[in-house]
Amino acid sequence: MGSGAVPLCRAPKVERVARPASFKIQRARWTGPQSWFFYGHSKCGEAEPAGALMPATVDAVMLEARAGALAKRSIKTTSKIAGIRLAVACIDLTTLEGKDSEGRVRSLCAKAIRPAQHLPDIPSVAAVCVYPSLVAVAKDALRGSSVLVASVATAFPSGLSSPAVRLDDVRAAIAAGADEIDMVIDRGAFLSGRDRSVYDEIVAVKRICGELHLKVILETGELGSYDAIRRASDLALEAGADFIKTSTGKVGTNATFPVAVVMCEAIRDYARRTGRAVGLKVAGGVRTTKQALTYLVIVNETLGEAWLTPERLRIGASSLLDDLLMQYEKQLTGNYAGPDYFPKD
Amino acid sequence: MTSLEYAPAPETTKPQIRERYGLFVAGDWVAPQSERYFDTIDPSNESVLAKVAYAGAADVDRAVRSARKAYEKYWSKMKPAERAKYVFRIARAITERSRELAVLETMNGGKPIKESRDFDIPTSAAHFFYYAGWADKLEWAMRAGREARPIGVCGQIVPWNFPLLMAAWKIAPALACGNTVVLKPAETTPLTALALAQIVQEADLPPGTVNVLTGDGATGAALVEHPDTDKIAFTGSTEVGKAIRRAIAGTKKRLTLELGGKAAHIVFDDAPMDQAVEGIVNGIYFNQGHVCCAGSRLLVQESVHDEIVVRLTERLQTLRLGDPLDKNTDIGAVNSKAQLDKIRELVRSGIDQGATLVQQSCTLPERGYYFPASFFTGVQQSHRIAREEIFGPVLSILTFRTPDEAIEKANNTPYGLSAGIWTDKGSKNMYVAERMRAGVVWCNTFNLFDPSSPFGGYRESGFGREGGVHGLREYLAH
Repeated sequence: MGSGAVPLCRAPKVERVARPASFKIQRARWTGPQSWFFYGHSKCGEAEPAGALMPATVDAVMLEARAGALAKRSIKTTSKIAGIRLAVACIDLTTLEGKDSEGRVRSLCAKAIRPAQHLPDIPSVAAVCVYPSLVAVAKDALRGSSVLVASVATAFPSGLSSPAVRLDDVRAAIAAGADEIDMVIDRGAFLSGRDRSVYDEIVAVKRICGELHLKVILETGELGSYDAIRRASDLALEAGADFIKTSTGKVGTNATFPVAVVMCEAIRDYARRTGRAVGLKVAGGVRTTKQALTYLVIVNETLGEAWLTPERLRIGASSLLDDLLMQYEKQLTGNYAGPDYFPKD
Repeated sequence: MTSLEYAPAPETTKPQIRERYGLFVAGDWVAPQSERYFDTIDPSNESVLAKVAYAGAADVDRAVRSARKAYEKYWSKMKPAERAKYVFRIARAITERSRELAVLETMNGGKPIKESRDFDIPTSAAHFFYYAGWADKLEWAMRAGREARPIGVCGQIVPWNFPLLMAAWKIAPALACGNTVVLKPAETTPLTALALAQIVQEADLPPGTVNVLTGDGATGAALVEHPDTDKIAFTGSTEVGKAIRRAIAGTKKRLTLELGGKAAHIVFDDAPMDQAVEGIVNGIYFNQGHVCCAGSRLLVQESVHDEIVVRLTERLQTLRLGDPLDKNTDIGAVNSKAQLDKIRELVRSGIDQGATLVQQSCTLPERGYYFPASFFTGVQQSHRIAREEIFGPVLSILTFRTPDEAIEKANNTPYGLSAGIWTDKGSKNMYVAERMRAGVVWCNTFNLFDPSSPFGGYRESGFGREGGVHGLREYLAH
């Protein structure tokens, strides 16, 4: 926007978006291309931001210290068992490779429903996450189970197709039976300051999704700073995301503990302001039980226990499940079973 | 499925604790000439850990004489590079025994194991490593052409809040410069100092180079007044600091004092709020607030006051108070009954004077000395809780409107040890930091320490510096 004469602007028209009744856009104002609305440090729970109107900023040093402290929580014995079961229940078991085939997806789905035959206490995972062309296969393989089918969309992972193609991608996935959509934001647009276009696309995708869960992938490893991650989180929350998700798993840096803390803080502030509870999905690079438990601790101590459910927390992973099962058995028996005692995939 | 109760995760290392400790004088453990011993306890459950010798005036005299002998005969004569080897040896021994020392520190002092494990012990070792490196490079600490000479026998009196770390801050530079030492640990927390004496013994330092005398205030007074100490270094209360200064007035003794504080912690409206809240928590609840540089006076810009209060109230509920040896404990035990009484008394005065108390909701253990993490809103500059050092997990929140008002309020205290500033704007950080009358100013962080960085106070927070080259010069003759 130009200088001086910046008009007060209504929030963009999102009324037609299907969304929970509690969701309403707060006061929004044009301030320029980089930041098209104020996120307002608001007096918590009040309709109008009462404090100073300025974007939420993040200090890297203290953030990383906080994340490091949370990573040092010691989760042992009974809480470790509870934590492992919770982590399994929150997994979006994922296969997103060029070589994915029907057989591979069916195999993954079987494991998603019943991760380990000899460990009946282990629940099914939350969802299986695949490319749109394999949604129908997954849907068929998961029929009758509680496991949902999540599909990546909007030209995953880069998001760099034409807007029409990106939206068609979503429609195709839904037509094939997807229960949840994992969309990517256009990082090029975000990083060049076209926040509005990113926002509009999320709104448009949510409109197509209707009641279906929309997870918005920020690809935090490409955003360059915690401030940008916070801004992207706020943008996605305001635009109607049901989950905000860290990463595609396709770039060098995926989910990290500090990034999860920042996104939890954004979710918490948004929930406090609007009453709408949005979920968090961490994805990419989560391979060990220790990492998974740390994410549970981060969510527990930033968002609270109400978020410790697959409705509000997902962990996008593939090999993590094997380690969780191994650690679970170790916790029960005191011994490590070899990796071959658990089905691969 | 929606509960993640953290199961107990106690640290299981068992430190060696003797039933009875003598005094460490002239390289050996000796019975006190006072013939008295006193109990040292675990404040988390009030159980007795050991009996410790009480050093009377005769014991002080014996220790000072042994330090003098070691100074004249060995330590000041030793090649600096050789001295360095001994100091490095102490540093390595602390590192090797870090787990045991951490447990000991926690048992005797009440602080959470995560703090003694991740802060106290590693930072203690870091100070020995840092000053060991200086030992043969002392001329670089001097103005060109001046010789680096030690002072002599140093009497060092340390407090109970960071027992081993404060001993390290004092002993390491003193030894590196060629001085010998008589250390008097705090009455309530002698055990890690005695463990350090064991390390010194095993490191085979010349006898008398480091002496450790346990005792109370009278022991410290005898050390201060002993005619043959050349320097006194004291960390503790302002009251005792003043008494020490009076006692050595007119003598040639050098003095450094690191005393109390009532640090201003300033949060501007453009601060990164969540991290500022972390900074506030770290600033006041670290070590149950038993920190002389604790950010105990929070100055919040009025426009974000309510937001900070809401965030801080929520954050308080996630702090875990309990067994200091549990790895998930954030708030451990208050160091002593006397300190707990003092905290309670000041909190009572805050309520009586009209401030509003907010506390974490938790059940306190039945035994031991505990106080929940607390803060006051509606505090006025004139309230006792805004002026006096509480030295506990109690924060006073005040407000301001402009940067200049923040600066004025921050400096409106007889103390001047530390300050903290939270703003996203670098120029504002610099503007305010320059105007703080405090020895340490943290910008967008709090309670960060490094051996290479000097630490010390203004006005009633004392004088002299510890850490860095500045801390080294305090142990070199002028």
